[in-house]
Order: sequence, then structure tokens, then C-alpha cells
Amino acid sequence: MTQTPHLALVPGTAPAAAPAPETPVILEIEGLTKSFISTPGLGGHIANLFGAGIKRQEVRAVSGVDLSVKTGEIVGIVGESGCGKSTVARMLAGISNPTGGEIRYRGKARSKMTRAEREDFALSIQMIFQDPYASLNPRMRVRDIIGEAAVVHGYVTRAEMPAYVEDLMTRVGLAPDMADRFPHQFSGGQRQRIGIARALALKPDVLICDESVAALDVSIQAQVLNLFMDLRDSLGLTYLFISHNLGVVEHISDRVVIMYLGRVVESAPTEELYARPHHPYTRLLMDHLPTLSVERRTHRPIAGDLPSPLDPPPGCPFNPRCPLATDRCRSERPALREVTPGHISACHFDDTSSAEIR
Amino acid sequence: MSTDMMSKETRDADLGAPVLKIEKLCTWFDTREGTARAVDGVDLELYEGEILGLVGESGSGKSVTGYSVMGLIDPPGRIAGGRILLDGRDLTRLSEEEHRRVRGKDIAMIFQDPSMTLNPTLRIETQMIEAVRAHEACSTAQARRRAKDALDMVGIPSPEERLRAYPFELSGGMRQRVAIAIALLNKPRLIIADEPTTALDVSIQSQIIYELQTLCRETGTAMIWVTHDLAVVAGMADRLAVMYAGRIVEVGTTKEVIEQPGHPYTRGLMGSVPMHETRGRRLARIPGATPSLLHLPQGCSFRERCALADKACTRMPELAQHHQAQSIRCWHPGETDR
Amino acid sequence: MTDATSSLPRRAAKKPSRLAMLTTRFAENRLAVFGLFLVVLAILAALFAPWIAPQNPFDLATLDIFDSMLPPGSTGSENGLHYLLGTDAQGRDVFSSILYGLRTSLIVAFSSVGFSMGIGLVAGLSAAYFGGALDAILMRIVDIQLSFPAILVALVLLAILGQGVDKVILALIIAQWPYFARTARSAALVERNREYILAVRCLNLSAPRIIARHLLPNCLPPLIVIALIDLASSIAIEATLSFLGVGVPVTKPSLGMLISNGFEFLMSGSYWISLFPGFALALVIMGINLAGDHLRDILNPRNS
Repeated sequence: MTQTPHLALVPGTAPAAAPAPETPVILEIEGLTKSFISTPGLGGHIANLFGAGIKRQEVRAVSGVDLSVKTGEIVGIVGESGCGKSTVARMLAGISNPTGGEIRYRGKARSKMTRAEREDFALSIQMIFQDPYASLNPRMRVRDIIGEAAVVHGYVTRAEMPAYVEDLMTRVGLAPDMADRFPHQFSGGQRQRIGIARALALKPDVLICDESVAALDVSIQAQVLNLFMDLRDSLGLTYLFISHNLGVVEHISDRVVIMYLGRVVESAPTEELYARPHHPYTRLLMDHLPTLSVERRTHRPIAGDLPSPLDPPPGCPFNPRCPLATDRCRSERPALREVTPGHISACHFDDTSSAEIR
Repeated sequence: MSTDMMSKETRDADLGAPVLKIEKLCTWFDTREGTARAVDGVDLELYEGEILGLVGESGSGKSVTGYSVMGLIDPPGRIAGGRILLDGRDLTRLSEEEHRRVRGKDIAMIFQDPSMTLNPTLRIETQMIEAVRAHEACSTAQARRRAKDALDMVGIPSPEERLRAYPFELSGGMRQRVAIAIALLNKPRLIIADEPTTALDVSIQSQIIYELQTLCRETGTAMIWVTHDLAVVAGMADRLAVMYAGRIVEVGTTKEVIEQPGHPYTRGLMGSVPMHETRGRRLARIPGATPSLLHLPQGCSFRERCALADKACTRMPELAQHHQAQSIRCWHPGETDR
Repeated sequence: MTDATSSLPRRAAKKPSRLAMLTTRFAENRLAVFGLFLVVLAILAALFAPWIAPQNPFDLATLDIFDSMLPPGSTGSENGLHYLLGTDAQGRDVFSSILYGLRTSLIVAFSSVGFSMGIGLVAGLSAAYFGGALDAILMRIVDIQLSFPAILVALVLLAILGQGVDKVILALIIAQWPYFARTARSAALVERNREYILAVRCLNLSAPRIIARHLLPNCLPPLIVIALIDLASSIAIEATLSFLGVGVPVTKPSLGMLISNGFEFLMSGSYWISLFPGFALALVIMGINLAGDHLRDILNPRNS
């Protein structure tokens, strides 16, 4: 497909709402897995001689995640801490290597890419981080923070860089005359805009936002969310929006993926998911979402905490906390099934073919 | 007066004496560049069993208000004026030693990060027993029983086992519950909770909100819940106070403030919360950023970001009654955007 | 008080530069300013020794053997020189010897610290950034070397290399680079997991570029402090080595050598030959430590 001319405002060319089904898939992941293995090490081996019993441990942060993202789509990934959503983001952004599975970009598998193609792919996916105070190099001027990579990768010459940076700063709502300042001279919201400008400098196709508005005040969060929407319209960007906040994700996403303990448990178009949540975990998250309603809420306590990924429960990973759990849930892990077109969920209660449940 | 069930309805009829009364509180920070009036003339009242949501963005002075009541303002900060009356006793006049005795006994604090409360090198029971015996002469066994009851109260399963644990052996949500149990140990009159659920997952957050709400109703403890998130306090607090640039700009019952917000800033805050209704639309945002406390505009601090601002706003408005319990600091209260 | 105090300075419209702020904070401690004064004085004295010193102690023509062992304040019998701090056994003016000795001591200290910091930075930052085998090998070498005191390592090396200013510098570099490598590595390990490093990795910048442009500037403050403290210990180690006779050659005496020269006369009442070089050595080391200690305090992010 032809590349959209980025950084040239072409109003109306980008899809305004959810893309039509025939829109090409830009990013696809299949069976993506990340394990962290801790080996005993030399000290551990010596300790084992004395019977310490230190074993090789494997933590599966992400196990077998499938996902496909269409051009121009905003996909939200939701889950609690430790569900693996940030690990997926980092693998896609290329700062963490998968231990299994495949990433496909515009139909081409990453493992089959040439060096040049892989570099292209790495630049096409950019990430916006959570903490606006930690994600900017404190000792660099804003101009260099935004413009450095564009010069290094030959998008602009060093002489063109200041003008290029000023254009980007204007685009994200920063006054270009502040380019000479250092990050500490900016507020949290402005710093987040600097981070966005830095990512846009490489003309990416996909932006991965990892909790990018979580650390901001509500009024600033709204400004940044609006900016994300504007950029999608003007640059035709595709987003992967990772958050623990269901409200933010519902506001911005076309499709939502719910993750639990390293796996996808439910995925559907946003309206469908919020109207008819299938998985008990999704329903639980929605029940507990704080809203601007003055009605006193009666909270049903959830049994237990998130299980440790070191020692995941057998069967359905959610079974120890699930109010509906049966014997089958405790022994057999449910597969992702399509419950209605485009809506998948991993729960034995969706399994209409089985008679023993219901 | 009956202290058990203090619902909103009975409070209006039967007020009694407030547990906490803050009058014209000023907490200022002397910096190299001038005096930052982090809290500038705050008035608040809190009754038994009542939960007040103190809402504001960073730099609004909400946390500093909480810290002032706790007596935790260190130089370069100082209480520059006003009174903080706890059951009629002025806390601003106490010596450091007297304040220490009030802290942890009559007023307790729950921080955003439980590690502010918990010492990582001591067992939970050691810390809890210490907390009891710091304020009351009793045997270790008695103190331990109190500790176990407190853990029970905040819904910690198998409290006996948890008592023997070290903080690092517990999950984040569990640690925060232990911190809450420690705050409850000495049956305080007032709890100040500073964003206690911000760092937690939604499912844990809602449980802790539920548990604290129940506890306040049952024990008559008053609570100030400091937060930046209106949605968190909307379903929990009896009253809300919205702070902006060191001052309260709107205060009222939760129903009044949420259903008919009168101050343009409160309306802006509510329009900024992304949720079901805002889907696919732009959020009604507040333009600009919070001004520096050192360079506040003359008159109403919000006027530079306000769509309603006119000549009148160059003078500082007073907090004036708008509707029953609702007061608003604005020259154009309740007017919709032009 | 995170809410108020931390957000205030960030929002301030105009802010003095970081350097100006550090200077102001440094000037607040009088002892540190005094220490810095001593260090600057020592550097100036060493730089301008040929112009300040009344006598060139290495020019045999200017020495007068009849003026040997004169106490402080004496006047030369033939040349009429005023020996402020007395003379030694060869008739050399002790004050002039100190100025020239300071030169040798400071040259050795600055060049050894400069090079070991450079080597330590490259090793430490690469070890932290790349991790894995490189990290393991480099850090084992550092561990082994750090298990011996620096003076011992230098002593053994000099026993093999022989005397000479260049050899002392080489020995000190080898003995001291592990301190820099270790500090650089631990600082870089913290920084490398910060989001801004992850962010530039997303931008697909090359590793050398990330290390030099992003990691290095943010790891520098603790290393500057180590460098200052190390400067003092380099001077002390060199003095010790020279005192023991394995350091600099007799023709290029350093402060340690001067102390050693006068040592044999100390008991016979000619205290000045050893004592005044000793004072000079102590003042320089004290000056560096006073300034370095305070600098460490103000550069510590937890204090600012």
C-alpha cells in the first residue's frame, strides 16, 4: 500500500471513525510469548551443593497472545498490573525481544525481514511512555530531544532540524520558542507533548501509548487524549492504547482487548464489549470502575489477589477469583472462542457445545 | 447524639459539634523566588462519620491541607495563619511533642504509598503493637489482639498469619490494607487519606473504598479523602470540596456538586473525565495549565482559563452560598459557558 | 509534601541555570570554599613555580653547598637569597623545592585520574548497557582488583616497571580505573532502565550514541565526586610510593620524595626539610577533600 504523506495536513483523508472491515491489517502478532528465566547462577550452584535447592525458574509474562491491528484503528489493551500488557508493548516497540511467536508488519514476518526492513519497521512503531518526568533526558535541550533521531536517521539535515522541530512542536501544541529549554522547565502535560513530538519526528505509522495519560491531572489528561484523536485524523496514525483505566480506553478505542495473567481473555469492538461483556473478569472490571455517579455503590468483595505469574493456577487463570468457577474451570484452560462475530472470549461458560456446563 | 449511622439526611437535622473545623488556614512555602501560598484561607468542617472528598489537581493545595492538619509541614513550609480545631482544640498551637501525641491517636493518615507507613525490616505485628503502645499503656498481648481485630476489620484473610509476615511478603493491595489497619488501631476521630488507592488496581481500589466507607459509618470516624479523581469520590463521599490554586472554589453535598456543579472549574473537571458518554467525542477540556502559585493572576485565580471571565473577575470572589449546602467562589456561579 | 514543593519550582517561569544554582549552593559552605581556595592556590603555585620560586632547585649552578641545612628564615652566605623555609642537605631552598615538588605531584595525580576515569567510564557504561558476558568479565576483573588495596597494586606494578614519572602514572591508572568502572556501572544500571533510555532505544539510535549522548551525561555527577576524592588519594599514594623509593626519580622530586629526603635529619633537629613539604601535602589533600565532600552533598539528587 502507499504510505500516507505524514506531517502534511491532509484533512479528510484519514478514517474518521472505526475503519471498515476491508481496511488492511498493519500489525499482527501471533502466539507472542515472553518468559523471564532466572537461572541459579554460580553462587546458586555452589549453594545447591549444600542442598539449597535453588531451581531454574520461568516466569511467563506473556503467553501466546494473538492480535491484529488494522490501519487507522485504535486498539485498547486493558488489564491489571502484571497482566503482561506493558511487556507486549515493549516487544512491539522493539525494546524487548520475544521468546516466542511472530510479529508481522504489513504482512511481513519480522523474522524474515532484511536488516533494512527491520530498521524501517523499528522506526514505524513509536512509543509514548507513562512518566513525563522520567521519559525525557534531563540534560538535553528540547530541540535535541525531538530532533536528534530525525537527523541520525537522515529524515532531515542538521541545518533543517530546527525548523522541523518547530513544526512538530506547533503540531503537538507547544510554543516553538521554547525549543531551547530543558525538560525541567516544563509542566507534566507539556513534557508529555514533548514525548509525543519526539515519537512523531520519525513519521511513525503506529503509536504505542503505554499508560500515557495515567500520570497526568484530569484536565491535562483530557487535553492529551484530544491531541491523540487529532493526530489520528491528521496523520492517519494507528494506535495501541494500553491502560488500566477502562473509562479512558472506552473513550478512545475502536476495539478493546482484555488481558489477564499474560493471556487475552476477551476482545471485541468497544461498543459491543461495554454493552455485552462476556468474560467474568471483564464484568468484574466494569463493576468496579469508578464513575461520576452519586449513587452509593454496594461492592461485592472479590476473593483473593492477582495470582503470582510464578505459580499460575491450573485451568482457567481467573478461576480462584471467579464467582462462577466450576471444577472444569479448575482443571482445563478455556480456549478463546468467537461468541458473536468479532467478539472473542475465553470462558467455559461461552462453550455452548458442552452440555456439562449451564 | 447518636454517632452510629450518620447519613446525609440526619446530618442536616442534627449537626452537633464538628469533629474538625478548619478556619482561614494558610500554609505558605518560602522559596527563593518568593512565597508560594499553597493553602490560602481554607475553611472546612467535618462531622462524625462524615466523608469529605477534597478534590484538586497537582499544586491545588489539597495534600498540603491534609499535611497541615497532621502537623507535617516542615520548613520551608509554615502555617502562616488560621486555626485547625480538632474537637475544639487548636492544633496549630500545639508543640511538636503534643502534636506527636495527637498524630496516630486522634488523627491518622493513610498515604498513597503504604511504604510511607510500613517499615520494611519489621514484622507487621511488631509495627502494629508498637503503634498501639505508643499511645496507650497496655500489655503486648492486649495490643496484639487489637492488631488482629484491626486486620480483621479491613478484610484481611487469615490475620494471624499476616501478623507474622514482613511487608515485602504481601501484595501492594494487602500492604495498603495493613497501612489502613494501622491507621484504625487507636480508633482515631479523623482519618486523612491522601490518594490511598491511586497506585492500586481498580478491583482492589473499589474494595478499599468500600471497606473504609463502612468503617467510617460504623465507628463514627470522620474522613478526608484527598484525590485528583472526582470519579473515585463521587460514589463514596458525603460532601465534596474542590480546590484550585490554594483555595476552595466549590463545596457542597456530593449530589449538589456532581449533579449541578456551579463553578466553571468543577464543570471543566467533570467534562475532562473520559467515560461512556464521551466516547468518540472530544473531551470538554480546560484550556491552559495550572498557574504557578508564585504568579497567580490578580483576582480570581481561574479567570485566565475560564470562558466566563469578565471585568468582575479581576477582583477575588468570596465563597458564597449558592444552593442549600453548596457554596461557590465565583462571580458567575451556575452560569453555563457562553 | 510532594504536592506543593516538588511542583512549584517546575512551574516557575524563569529559573536560574543549573550551574548557577550549584555555584550558589557550593558557596554556602565556608569550609568547602576554603578547600577550593587551597586547591586553586596549589594549582597556581605549581603552574607558576618557575616564576615564584626564588631558586631553581634542579639547577646545580644555583645551589650553594655552604648553605646546606640552614634553618628557616636564614639568608644565603654568598647569593644573598632569603631561605624562607630553610634549606636541605644539598643547600636547596625548601620553599622552592615544595613548589617544584607540587608540580610533579599534581601532574601525576591529574593525568592518572583523567585516564583512569576515561577507561573506567568506557568499561563501566558498556558493562551496564550491554550486560551479559561483557558485564560479567569486566566486573570480575574489577572485583579481583578491588580486593587488593590500590597502593599494593601500584607497588607491585612499580616493582616490575621500575622508576619514572610516566611509570607512576601508568601504575596509578591501572590501580584506580576499577573504582571508576564500578561507580559508572552502578550509576548506569539505574539510568539504563529509566524511561528516557527506553525511549531513545525506541528511536533506534546506535548503542555508542546512546551511551555517549544519553547515558554518560546522566551518570557523570557521582563520577566527578569520585574523581575529586581520587585526586587526593592519587597524591597520597604517589607520595607514599616516592617516600618508599619506588616512585618518581630523584631528579624529579615530588612532595613525597622531599619528605623522604629530610626524614633522616628529622631526629637530628633539622625538622624543616620534611615538615614543610608534609604540611604542603596535607593542605592540598585536605583542600580537595573539603571541596569534594561538599560537592558530593550538593550533587546527591536526594538532597536537592
